[in-house]
Amino acid sequence: MKIKASKGRRIFLTANFIIMALVVFVTLYPFIYLIAQSFSSDKAVAAGLVTFYPIDFTVSTYKYVLKKAEFYRYYGNTILYGIAGTLISVFGTAILAYPLSKSRLRLNKFFIPFCIFTMYFSGGMIPNYILVAQWLHLRDSVWAVLLPGAISTFNLLLMKSFFAGLPEELEEAAAIDGMDTYSIFAKIIIPLSKPIIATMCLFYLVGIWNEWFGPFLYLDSKGKWPIALWVRQLVEGASNVETGSGAEESQITATIKSTTMVLTSLPIICVYPFVQKYFVKGMTMGAVKG
Amino acid sequence: MGKNKTELTETQIKIKKSHSLLKHIKREWRLYTFLIIPILYYIIFKYIPMAGNIIAFRRYKGGSNIFGTAWVGFRYFEQFLKDESFWKAFANTLRLSISYILVRFPATLIFALLLNEITHLKAKKFVQTVSYLPHFISLVVVCGMVKEIVSLTGPINSLISWLGFEKIAFISLPDWFSTVYISSGVWQALGWGTILYLTAMTNINMELYEASAIDGAGKLKQAWHITIPGIMPTIMTLLILDIGGIMTAGNMQKILLLYNPLTQDKADIIGTYVYRMGISGGNFSYATAVGLFEGVIGLILVTSANMLSKKFTESSLW
Repeated sequence: MKIKASKGRRIFLTANFIIMALVVFVTLYPFIYLIAQSFSSDKAVAAGLVTFYPIDFTVSTYKYVLKKAEFYRYYGNTILYGIAGTLISVFGTAILAYPLSKSRLRLNKFFIPFCIFTMYFSGGMIPNYILVAQWLHLRDSVWAVLLPGAISTFNLLLMKSFFAGLPEELEEAAAIDGMDTYSIFAKIIIPLSKPIIATMCLFYLVGIWNEWFGPFLYLDSKGKWPIALWVRQLVEGASNVETGSGAEESQITATIKSTTMVLTSLPIICVYPFVQKYFVKGMTMGAVKG
Repeated sequence: MGKNKTELTETQIKIKKSHSLLKHIKREWRLYTFLIIPILYYIIFKYIPMAGNIIAFRRYKGGSNIFGTAWVGFRYFEQFLKDESFWKAFANTLRLSISYILVRFPATLIFALLLNEITHLKAKKFVQTVSYLPHFISLVVVCGMVKEIVSLTGPINSLISWLGFEKIAFISLPDWFSTVYISSGVWQALGWGTILYLTAMTNINMELYEASAIDGAGKLKQAWHITIPGIMPTIMTLLILDIGGIMTAGNMQKILLLYNPLTQDKADIIGTYVYRMGISGGNFSYATAVGLFEGVIGLILVTSANMLSKKFTESSLW
C-alpha cells in the first residue's frame, strides 16, 4: 500500500517538476531572446538565425544607443517622473488612508464608499481627457501624467488596512503626552509604517516607470517623453515597415529595438527579485481586509 | 396625540444627533483636515469626469465648457447603435475578454495548485519569483517583445519553418490576433495571478490534509475536496472581478499597442473604438456615449456577479 502511494507520488512530483521547468522556460524565453537579439548583428537577426544566444556577438548596438543624447533625456525624464510622482502619490495616499483607517471618525461612513465607488465606475477615457486637456489646460504638461492617477484606490485600501492594524495604544499614549494629531502622524505613524510605505513607493514607482498611455495622450513635445513612449515609437515605426507604411523609419533595426527594450527593463529586472516580496505582501494584505 | 409625541421625539433625536456630530467634528477636526486635499483630488479627477459623462447627452464643441452646450437627448446613442463598426467592436470585446478569462482563469488556478505541491521551498520560491517577472514589465516592452517573438524572422516562425511548415505573419493576420493576445496575456498574468490563491491555501487547516491522507486520499482527491473548497471565497472574488471587467478591463492599452489596420477587424474593442472616435477623431460626445454605455454595462455586470456570488457562495466583494 505504502509503496504504491509513494510511486504515484513520485510520478506526480516528476510531472510537476517538468511543468514547472516549462513554465520557467516559457516565462524567461522572451527575455533570453530579446537579450540574444540585442547582442547580435543585424544580419543574423534579419536572417532569423538568433534563437537562444547572440549570433556574431557584438556590443555595437549598445554603443549606438548609449551614444544617443535622446536616450539619456528620455531615461532622465522617466527617473524624474518616477521620483516626483511616487512622492506625490505616496503622500496623498497616506494622508487619505490615515483618517479613513480610524473607525471612530463618523464621516468615514460617507468617505469610504465615496472612494471605493470609483473602483467600479469611472468617468471613462473621453471625460478624463477633456478634463485634463481642455479644462485644466494640462496638455503637454508633466502634471497631466502625474496627477490623474495620483491616488490608486486599491493602494489606498491597502494602506488603510495597514494603519487600522497599528496598535491604538501608542497614539493614545502620545495624545496624553500632549502630541497633536499631526505630530502623531509624522512621528509615530509614519515610522511604524515603513513596510507599507516601501510597498506603496514600489507600486507607484513601477506604475510610473511603465506608464506610456498618459504621456502618449498629453505630451506633445518629444523632449518631455518618458522612455516607454520612445520604445513605443521605435516598435511602432519598425512594425509599420512590415505593413509597408513607414519607409523613413526603416533604419530602426530589430537590434536597436531590442537593445532599447532591454535597457528600459533592466532596472526593473535587476531590482524586482529583491522587492517582489513587498508586492506580494501588499496584494495579500489587500485581500484580507480590503 | 400619541402620534404627535413620537414625531417630536424623533426630531429631538435628530437634533441631538446633529449636535453630537458637530461636537464630534469639533473634537476630531485635525484628523478631518487630512482629508481635504485627497478628497478634492477625488472630486476633481474621479467625480468630475464621471459628471463629464453628461456630454454623452449634450453637444460638446471643445473648449473649456466641459459639460457641453446644448441637450441632444439620446442622439449619440442612436447613432452608435446604428454603427456597424460599434457592434463589431462590441462583439470583439466580449469574444476577447471571455476567451481570455476562460484560458487564464483555470491556468492560474492549476498553476497555483501545482505550486502548492512543491515541497522544496527554495525551488518553489524560484519558480514564483520567475513567474512574477512579466507583471513588472512595461506594457510597451511586452508588446514590443510579442511583435519580435512572432515576427517572420522570430523564433516561433523559425520553429515553424524548421518543422517544415509555411511561415505565418501572426501580427498582420486578423485570425491570429486573439491567439497572440490571449497567450501573451496568460504569459503576463500567470504567476502574479497565483498570489491570492497561494495565500488562501496557507490558511487551510493542515489537519484536514493529515486526516485525509490517513484515509488514503491522494493528492488529486485532496486538491478537489480540501484545497479547492478552502480557497473557494478567493476563487469567487477573483471571478467576480473578472466578470465585472469583461466590458471594461484595462486591456484597451494592450490592443492599442498590438493591433494595426490589417487586424483591426478582429482586434478592435470598445476601448480602442472610443479612443479612435474620440481622441483621434474628435467626436467627443459620440465617443463619450459609447464609453458611458460600456461603463454602465460594466457596473451592471459586476453588481450582478456579486449578487449571484452572495446568494450561492456566501462570499462577495461587498
